[in-house]
Amino acid sequence: MLKTTPFHSRTAPLVRAQTWRRWSGYQMASAYDPHPDREYAAIRNAAALIDVSPLHKYMLTGADAGRLLDRMITRDMARCAVGQVYYTPWCDAAGKVIDDGTVSRLAEAAYRLTSADSSLRWLYMNAVGMKVQIDDVSERVGALALQGPLSLAILNEASPADFARLKYFRLVETTVGGVPVTVSRTGYTGDLGYEIWVEAPRAEALWDSLIQAGTHYGITPAGVWAMDIARIEAGLIMLDVDYFSAHHALIESHKSSPYEINLGWAVSSTKGPFNGRRALAAERARGAAWGFVGLEVEWDSFERLFRAHHLPPQLSGIAWRASAPVYRAGRQVGYATSGCWSPLLKKSLALAHLRAPHFEPGTRVELEITVEHQRKTADAVVRKLPFFEPERKKA
Amino acid sequence: MSVRRYDAILIGGGHNGLVAAAYLARAGRKTLVLERRPIVGGAAVTEEVFPGFKFSVFSYVVSLLRPEIIRDLDLPRHGLQILPLESTITPLDDGDYLGSWADPDEARRELRRHSPRDADAMALFGRLMHHMAMAVKPIIGMVPPDPASLSPSDLRGLLRLGRHFRSLGAERFHALHKLMTMSSADYLDEWFEFGPLKATKSASGIIGTFLGPRSPGSAYVLLHHYMGEIDGAFRAWGFQKGGTGGISDAIAGAARASGAEIRTDAAVERVLVRGGQAVGVALASGEEIAANLVVSGLDPRLTFTRLVDAETLPAELLEGVRRYKFRGSSGKVNLALAGLPDFTCLPGPGRHLRGAVSISPSVEYLERAYDDAKYGEFSRHPYLDIVIPSMIDPGMAPPGKHVMSIFVQYAPYHLNGGWTDARREAFGDAVVRTLARYAPNIESLILHRQVLTPADIERITGLSEGNIFQGELALQQLFFLRPVPAWAKYRTPIRGYWQCGAGTHPGGGIMGASGRLAALEILRDSR
Repeated sequence: MLKTTPFHSRTAPLVRAQTWRRWSGYQMASAYDPHPDREYAAIRNAAALIDVSPLHKYMLTGADAGRLLDRMITRDMARCAVGQVYYTPWCDAAGKVIDDGTVSRLAEAAYRLTSADSSLRWLYMNAVGMKVQIDDVSERVGALALQGPLSLAILNEASPADFARLKYFRLVETTVGGVPVTVSRTGYTGDLGYEIWVEAPRAEALWDSLIQAGTHYGITPAGVWAMDIARIEAGLIMLDVDYFSAHHALIESHKSSPYEINLGWAVSSTKGPFNGRRALAAERARGAAWGFVGLEVEWDSFERLFRAHHLPPQLSGIAWRASAPVYRAGRQVGYATSGCWSPLLKKSLALAHLRAPHFEPGTRVELEITVEHQRKTADAVVRKLPFFEPERKKA
Repeated sequence: MSVRRYDAILIGGGHNGLVAAAYLARAGRKTLVLERRPIVGGAAVTEEVFPGFKFSVFSYVVSLLRPEIIRDLDLPRHGLQILPLESTITPLDDGDYLGSWADPDEARRELRRHSPRDADAMALFGRLMHHMAMAVKPIIGMVPPDPASLSPSDLRGLLRLGRHFRSLGAERFHALHKLMTMSSADYLDEWFEFGPLKATKSASGIIGTFLGPRSPGSAYVLLHHYMGEIDGAFRAWGFQKGGTGGISDAIAGAARASGAEIRTDAAVERVLVRGGQAVGVALASGEEIAANLVVSGLDPRLTFTRLVDAETLPAELLEGVRRYKFRGSSGKVNLALAGLPDFTCLPGPGRHLRGAVSISPSVEYLERAYDDAKYGEFSRHPYLDIVIPSMIDPGMAPPGKHVMSIFVQYAPYHLNGGWTDARREAFGDAVVRTLARYAPNIESLILHRQVLTPADIERITGLSEGNIFQGELALQQLFFLRPVPAWAKYRTPIRGYWQCGAGTHPGGGIMGASGRLAALEILRDSR
């Protein structure tokens, strides 16, 4: 039996086509409408309300909480101010990524860590000898992502805080509709947006007040399908889809370093000891063997494959998650792990792992697609991620 | 004459003129667009007619914008953002409604409520229309070959077409012939039994044309709806963020990014011709601007009889232009609303308000609406196609308030006694009264009403007789006959003077194909 989130009483009646899926053992809406077009449009045009409660959440408090995180993640905790949020991967000793998530510094010695996978054992292993209290608050805290260009207007209506002044990857403790919450300017859509953290018993009241404040701004509950398209446009990776945890990989080639999944920017080259430091320094020096990049499918070559069968091009309104070989001049140079038709950019996009040196932007490659039961390739061009980055995201 | 010399001047900053300018500028031509109004877009404009409320004043949805134009000009980067418009409801006179929903299962179930037979027929009808749309698709993308010509390029084009039509097979070719010759009502009668379904579908065959659903030739226009579905840039049917002016702005942005200049408040008085060659334009201000090429995005009447001295043109061409039918038949009512309309058939707010509402309860209703127009009156009970853009893009109106766009047919350009302010308001009253039969609270919500008759459309946009397609999309003036035989390839008898508006093939709707094909033909010609 799957668990339900603290917002279930509000979300369940809205899932018109009963399109549920599982996410970390929770029952989650794939979409509320039978298809995600409108929910996706809300992310890019108005505001989408997305239940992201299945994320694992840990409270780390005590004198050594910062030290524990600094040892674990690849970014430099010394530079993380109170009220700041980090997005970061963390690695094993060989510099291979275990998971990625956010670290929110709530107070001088109080942090919240989110992760895609359960991380309790790894936290305890790294906390040996440290004065730190580790609490798994996953089930006690609900989380909503409010994402889209009008999310700011909605929060300003529902909350006394001045959100116009809340910068990208900063947080504020405030109330929304009278409910105490933490709001961080973060998200998984690459748009202007916020994530709102609430004690589970007050979750429904939070949902209701956001819906009420947002009705005039086109607030739209959105499911995983809509978010998946947005995150591909934003070039954001997903654990167990685009890469695998070093802790779960059965063979070495399943593992990735931060450099190999486009997270090299998050690896500090100046901070003190942390998990994977030596291996990552060596990899930085010699250059990563793989790159994680965007692919833009060239329409004419794609259309031609279908025209040969007297068909218009067939596209899905839902993102795909599968491995598709990528070739260059006929020789395999990597594989794509997810992709979608971008309703905004009007392009077919994919996220792909490519071997050096084939990941330079502008490189022309071929992506395998199946047309009428036959394996074909469509021309594609390597693009730097993200595909889409509106000014409002960070403005 | 001014010192700046341009390779090409585009007269009129409508969407086709902008598309042509973008393609010419991309090819390295020094290009200037001259627009009479303070804003670009022609009939694809967004204006804040009432403070805080943005109206897509004329054209209000997009479905046919050519995908190759979206790609070539990278329009999404310049602001093209098309939001889904998912459903259509048709309120019925008995208080019920017919809903056409985006989800196929839901749509079938809804139709089965009214006619189980039609619900089954719909899938087969959809497949046939898919094949028909695939059949005419190549025509949309080609410069029309002249069947009376023996030139190699015309013969090549005709041969290509001939092969294409032979490849359709007998069954589809026969179906296509029917579609080209029948009325939309007769054509739909072959498939369906439920009146409101036939009426709502046939309505798309009469839009912008002075025909009724029982007039032969109206079936062909049905195809255009399906064209968008099979060939649009996938999910490109809907509503542009910020209104249709956003599309014009995106195309203008792409043109500017390629180096084109765009001047507004710059009305062109006439094209300067020397020795049978266009050499520039003279503005209403008296300013003269030199150019190697002049391209008119205006309709055929203005292109051939207003911008140039008609006496220099062949009599056959002028006669063809005189015969070319405009006959504006539609009007527009834009409302600023204090709240949402409450439809008797589906009370309260709901998802139906995010889609279209079609006032087309029966084919007879539409035909009677046409009868009024046939005899020179506006329809007392008109066909209405209604959308509430603020439900799709909240930025169109202040929070909690709404804008409503009502396309109205019929409103004949040649009204008995002519259009006056009083007749315009009477027309607006008829529209609101018609809507109030289905949404009784509408009158109490109206904060501002903008009524546009064909005469207003002509006055504001310049479109002759207010025809939204720069001339009817009737078979006798399509393809190699558009606008007139022998002059369907964007050229004119004056060297260096070209046409690129919707009055050329394929014309009509926010499509951009005329502008693109004209620009490509100009570039090919100058190679």
